[in-house]
Amino acid sequence: MEIAVISGKGGTGKSTISAAFATLNGKVILADCDVDAANLYLLFNPSHKEEVIYIGGTKAEIDYSKCTNCRLCIGYCRFDAITDADDKVVISEILCDGCVLCSRICPEKAITMVANEKSRMFSGSFSNGEIVYGRLSPGEENTGKLVNMVREKAKQLSRETGIETIIIDGPPGIGCPVISSLTGTNKAVMVTEPTISGLNDLKRIRVLVKKFKLEEYVIINKSDLNDSMSSRIKKWCKENGITVAGTLPFDREIVDALVQGKSITELYPDSTTAKKIKKIWNKIINQKR
Amino acid sequence: MIKIAIASGKGGTGKTFIATNIFNILLQNNYAAMLVDCDAEEPNALAFFKAQLTGKKEVTQQIPVINTEICNFCGKCHEYCNYNAIFILPQMKIIKVIPDLCHGCGACSVACEFEAITEEPVSLGQVTTYSLKNTDCILEARMNIGVMSPVSVIKAAIKQINNKTDVAILDAPPGTSCPFIQTVATADYVILVTEPTPFGLSDLRQSVETLKKINKPCGVIINRAGLGNNDVSNYLFQEKIPLLLEIQFKKEIAGLYSRGKLLSESDSTFAEQLLTVVKNIITSHGNSSHQR
Repeated sequence: MEIAVISGKGGTGKSTISAAFATLNGKVILADCDVDAANLYLLFNPSHKEEVIYIGGTKAEIDYSKCTNCRLCIGYCRFDAITDADDKVVISEILCDGCVLCSRICPEKAITMVANEKSRMFSGSFSNGEIVYGRLSPGEENTGKLVNMVREKAKQLSRETGIETIIIDGPPGIGCPVISSLTGTNKAVMVTEPTISGLNDLKRIRVLVKKFKLEEYVIINKSDLNDSMSSRIKKWCKENGITVAGTLPFDREIVDALVQGKSITELYPDSTTAKKIKKIWNKIINQKR
Repeated sequence: MIKIAIASGKGGTGKTFIATNIFNILLQNNYAAMLVDCDAEEPNALAFFKAQLTGKKEVTQQIPVINTEICNFCGKCHEYCNYNAIFILPQMKIIKVIPDLCHGCGACSVACEFEAITEEPVSLGQVTTYSLKNTDCILEARMNIGVMSPVSVIKAAIKQINNKTDVAILDAPPGTSCPFIQTVATADYVILVTEPTPFGLSDLRQSVETLKKINKPCGVIINRAGLGNNDVSNYLFQEKIPLLLEIQFKKEIAGLYSRGKLLSESDSTFAEQLLTVVKNIITSHGNSSHQR
């Protein structure tokens, strides 16, 4: 069973809650799919079993010994990546989309594509199961391919170890990596916070989630920061037929635990917040459609 | 004009909080300021202002249309497409464009020797313009839900910044991948907003390293100071990265933000501190030769 923890808005508590879920009692496979800012491994000190190179996009490069400065490529590039600078044709690494068209049409074959080999996927064991995470090289296009690779590895580990529950810690936003984190999962847990931005972003991510026909849950984190906004979110969930799995208060102990490199359920298992998280988890795991 | 991007690796550290307050303070001090919400997947900056909608521009991408009456299923377009957006079964005379995978590069049109491919625009999102006191000063990039990448919409919004602007504040998307780079690449200075937690530090490091690679000057605002530990401050000290401001964590600040209120309206000390930060950046990084 794959459970995706997502949010639309960043910083609502996806990773904190995923980490807490992962350290309740049953063994889990944790797939950190926020490959743009992977954080969960910081809490779990996994043993590094495997490191795999992920080759994302390629970028065009000019061999100036062959370039005759005909400028043909400039007209073909739709990403404004090729410009004329100081009597020399220059390709911007930042703007290049890697479409290969310039390389194909260059009469002198002066343009080659260079692969970026700096992105990685890691996997290893932690105290309560297995963890897989990706690390996208900065500036790389987050196409969701690395997310797919992380999820495939998680499924493989699930088959090998017999651990059935896979928790996917998703990226923020609603774009490609989020879509890749949701495709084919069983349950979507949307973590929100009681702010105008929190509700706006929840509405947008929900439109996306709805396309996947999953079991849907909402967790309102830091709910006591604005009680009336929390009520508004609950009302909106009710109107849209989404189960509110629970609310969590703003709790300094969560941050304290993070600073000590632990999840709240590990460090303060008897705290009110930890107990609430456990209740939320049971609700998500057991509820049948 | 100076462009200042407000960014952070980690989401939810307070980018929009800082961007909206800086913009507000600049307006109050009679700067010709513009706020550009570049977080096209989840734009929120508008929630903090009572602004009037004054314009809307569709951002589109060209998608190929294959005329199967002319197409002879040679497969050259499929071969040219680096995004696997053209699906072809030559024996069965089936050829289809998968719009979600298409980047609109035009390679297939170039590849086709039979002029069987034309292109038509599809919407990726909108750039909307809003005014305050009859002056257009807020641009919002908003990607359509279901679109794969916000990059085109972000670029279109940045292109619309008025040349007469003194200071443009770019509220960047989270992360350090393509959307972040496209936003900060156009900026003269980047303010990174972080929080003093292990997650905040880890993502801050990644942002700083990325900005170093593209030679962007940056400084850091620590938001919610007092909640975590000193590792972020120590890191900044070691790496000689300017700490621009520390904002103590207060539940009231979080409460104000949740209601769409600007802290700089009610807290003059904060407003002055933030204005000083921005003025220093303008003095040291304005009038730079950087142009795009």
